[in-house]
Amino acid sequence: MKFSENWLRELVEIQADRAELAHALTMAGLEVEELTVLGEGLDGVVVGEIVAAQKHPEADRLQVCKVATGQGEPLQIVCGAPNARVGLKAPLAMIGAVLPGGITIKAAKLRGVESAGMLCSAKELGVDADASGLMELPPDAPVGQPLATFLALPDASIELKLTPNRPDCLGLVGLAHDVAALFGSRVLVPVQDPAPVTSDAHRGIRLEAGKDAPRYLGRVIEGIDAAARSPLWLAERLRRAGLRPISAVVDVTNYVMLELGQPLHAFDNDTLEGDIVVRHARAGETLKLLDGSEAKLDEGFVLIADDRKALAVAGVMGGHDSRVTDATVNILLESAHFAPAAIMGRARKLGLHTDASHRFERGVDPELPRRALERATELLLAIAGGQAGPVRVAENPADLPRPATATLRRARLARVLGLTVPDEEVTRIFTALGMTVHATAEGWQVTAPTSRFDIEREEDLIEEVARVFGYDRIPTHTPAGALTLAPEPEARIGELPLREQLAARDYYEAVNLSFVSAELLARWGYTDNLVPLANPLSADLAVMRPSLLPGLVEALRHNRARQQERVRLFEVARVFAAGDPPVETPSLAIAACGSARAEQWAEPARPYDFFDLKGELDALLAWGGQRERWSLHADNLPSWLHPGRGARVARDGETVGYLGALHPQLAKALDLGPDVHVLEVALPPLLDRHLPRARPVPRFPSVRRDIAVELPEEVRWSQIEQAVRGTLGGVLKELRLFDRYSGKGVDIGRKSLAMGLILQDASRTLTDDDADRCVRDAVAALESTCKAKLRG
Amino acid sequence: MDDLESRATQALADIEAAASLDALETLRVGLLGKSGIVTAALKSLGALAPDERKARGAEVNRVKERLADALSMRKQSLEQAELDRRLASEKLDITLPGRDGERGGIHPITRALERIAAIFARLGYQRAEGPEIEDDWHNFEALNFPPHHPARAMHDTFYFGDGRLLRTHTSPVQIRSMAGRQPPIRIIAPGKVYRSDSDQTHSPMFHQIEGLLVDETSSFADLKGTLAEFVRAFFERDFEMRFRPSYFPFTEPSAEVDIRWETEDGQSRWLEVLGCGMVHPNVLKNCGIDPERYTGFAFGLGVERFAMLRYGVSDLRAFFENDLRFLKQFA
Repeated sequence: MKFSENWLRELVEIQADRAELAHALTMAGLEVEELTVLGEGLDGVVVGEIVAAQKHPEADRLQVCKVATGQGEPLQIVCGAPNARVGLKAPLAMIGAVLPGGITIKAAKLRGVESAGMLCSAKELGVDADASGLMELPPDAPVGQPLATFLALPDASIELKLTPNRPDCLGLVGLAHDVAALFGSRVLVPVQDPAPVTSDAHRGIRLEAGKDAPRYLGRVIEGIDAAARSPLWLAERLRRAGLRPISAVVDVTNYVMLELGQPLHAFDNDTLEGDIVVRHARAGETLKLLDGSEAKLDEGFVLIADDRKALAVAGVMGGHDSRVTDATVNILLESAHFAPAAIMGRARKLGLHTDASHRFERGVDPELPRRALERATELLLAIAGGQAGPVRVAENPADLPRPATATLRRARLARVLGLTVPDEEVTRIFTALGMTVHATAEGWQVTAPTSRFDIEREEDLIEEVARVFGYDRIPTHTPAGALTLAPEPEARIGELPLREQLAARDYYEAVNLSFVSAELLARWGYTDNLVPLANPLSADLAVMRPSLLPGLVEALRHNRARQQERVRLFEVARVFAAGDPPVETPSLAIAACGSARAEQWAEPARPYDFFDLKGELDALLAWGGQRERWSLHADNLPSWLHPGRGARVARDGETVGYLGALHPQLAKALDLGPDVHVLEVALPPLLDRHLPRARPVPRFPSVRRDIAVELPEEVRWSQIEQAVRGTLGGVLKELRLFDRYSGKGVDIGRKSLAMGLILQDASRTLTDDDADRCVRDAVAALESTCKAKLRG
Repeated sequence: MDDLESRATQALADIEAAASLDALETLRVGLLGKSGIVTAALKSLGALAPDERKARGAEVNRVKERLADALSMRKQSLEQAELDRRLASEKLDITLPGRDGERGGIHPITRALERIAAIFARLGYQRAEGPEIEDDWHNFEALNFPPHHPARAMHDTFYFGDGRLLRTHTSPVQIRSMAGRQPPIRIIAPGKVYRSDSDQTHSPMFHQIEGLLVDETSSFADLKGTLAEFVRAFFERDFEMRFRPSYFPFTEPSAEVDIRWETEDGQSRWLEVLGCGMVHPNVLKNCGIDPERYTGFAFGLGVERFAMLRYGVSDLRAFFENDLRFLKQFA
């Protein structure tokens, strides 16, 4: 809602300057979003009239004008505006004037011709954005009058960011009532007299849309001059409200909408056939609208029609064929009440948002239509002439919204606000807001004016009291502390410590959008079980991610493309899979590439590899303390993993994630090298941690025996571990692999592994013989199950 | 006798002149060892008469002590000299970089979000969660947004084919937390939210934190106090603050909170940082809580906004680009 400050001040007493007014509005919930000061510093700018114009001898685009100023001889002014012409009245900045842009007007020579001032555009004067040419003043503008006086400047254009519950302030008169309550002052709105009826032309109205359209007023005005131009004062108010003056009929309907909040519509009466019929649209019915678009309607829309055809979408926009044009002579003015529920969402469904739909879907005072119709008639007759016919009213009073009555309890008011507002102040506030108040033993019974659609219950009244009394007068208090503490789960690693651990291990946390493109997902092999958006912003942001990795690897690529060789990123967020409801699983992903260590002097450099990444997983699993529940498997890998350098992660046998090198084909498609390694594991199992149960510390020392065995390449470490553990049982405390070798001295296709056996018995100290026997058993097991040979 | 005395005098000079621990050890063996001169002198005592033995013994022991002391002192000084030599040769260039001193970092959004959650945790607020793919009931209806209500137009919503939607705020967690539970309730619900809007100042995904307190005594004054405390704790300073009447369907009275923010050019302006209000009775009813017995307040804030203010980030989009040159600034 944008309006001229001067206009508002004409409707209500305001004992406050501009800044105070803006502050008061904002602090009453009518937030001032923008305030543009207009026409300040127009000293020395007057109404001028071009009395002669000749082409500049040296420049095609310039004219040399003689401009009358009402005093002395006309001044010679050089002007480049395309619309400069003899007879035009336009603002003239005289020598010495300082324009709002800071330009000081001086006597000058333009291409050798003297110029004693400057003819101005609206933009140069800071009164409008129009810089296309000179600001054209009406023919009756008094030559020589200071422009500020003529345009009622200075003024300000104030734009309010109104919340949806305050449609009553979408008209200046409604706003004036709120302002009066804030300042404890008077509203100055004059009583609206009916316009004189000088014709009996009329058109019948039939209401057939029930509750959706309970009141419809129409009036025929004959013999208007539709091409008449609106007077300057009206055009300026529209302009300062952000509307462009167009024609007398459009301007008047807009003006009344701004003044009262009631949207109006005018039809060319000669295009109508029979009665006006207010009915629901039929499925499939279409209508060409004023903006030229074709509206496809259904039974959910209320339509203004005549006996033969659709004319307008009620509360949204008029039709193209029945519109008023400059050739129109007779009009039908419409002023109606439509129920908010009948308009809500309808404009949006047509891809529209209009001043009318904005108001009707929030609620327009049902008592406004007659007053608005009379006001519009009065203005129209004055501007465009014509003969007004009688007002025809069709209404179903039972379906009109009734003023709501609500009860406010004194105790509740104090309890909700934490403040006692004096009774007389409460009464004053309600009265000032146009409400009817009755005191009761417990508080007040309040009936809201018909303009207030937001007053239905006690809380609505509490809000009104608080808002007008002032939120800043409510004290500040701290609630008493919580009396209970929720149990603190200890068998769970927090998400923040998890993130901090990864950060401590030299990874940076990334945050990616939750949606990615279907194309990227297809590249990764994700085509099933997806959750696509019905209305994505773009194809790039169309599908809820089923994995964090595609996005995270894109972030890695972003950095690779920016001179970052070594990139180590992780992300913690949810991934999505189809279901009813869709399944959301918190997930941890890591993507890394480049050197395993930051470049340094002390160790040889090597690329990041599988075991670097596995080490990160190991460290997380060690934290959870339940290593034995986890296992890695080389089978059933997703297509995006390198088949020989990837692993499936399982807990209690159930797959919970994957890690490894990107599949070379995918890496190539993404323009990445073989060093990119990724991991993704479901978060809940990772965060699951055991609660320690203390056991006695061993009382007897452990013994270590080292062995080296040679075995075929394909034997996995896990098989070796299994064989040794299976044989030695509980006495084997730990099996440490400390060397792996293949090459000279070892047969091709075989490898040598050196490992330490840490042996310990809970009940006694192991002897050398015990230890030797364990080694023999372990070697025997390895020989029989792993084709191992003991090395010398 | 004189012989022992004169040899001892010579030995003391030799000890003093010993140039190495090895030479000193050789001297020690020659003096105090099994066949050393002192040992020999002690052995020879047995041949003397008892009263002579006593005097002579005392004399030999004195010599022995003097020699032992001298040996020990010389040994210490030689050891010290050797240590000094070794230390002098073991000097490191301690200005070389250390090994593996790299550290990554958490994302600035996480950092701000966790800081906010930690502050409210100290006030007894428990963390709560809800799904990001929501239904209309939890995201809108239960929060007092009727179908097609203009207030919904303030939430540009992403929908799925089945009518579900991406939550447009963290407020649905209020509904999920209150349902099936009775006050006192204090929860904080951080998470991702989505609006179909993307430009320089809007990201289609961003982060919010919702707070909710319901008990028998909470009032608007408590709400003001809580948020004033929070803002002070988060920014570690006092602000001029104002509560401006506003409108949210699920709270009434509702407010937006502005703080007076100083910009770098020394100017200051009001900056909106929070939305809040008293929980609407319809919302309490929708969750099975008696609005006559209980009152509550709720508030919501945008984490990105707080992170931008706290860390001086001027471009919202930087948060989601994951450029290491940006992320490293928050390590």
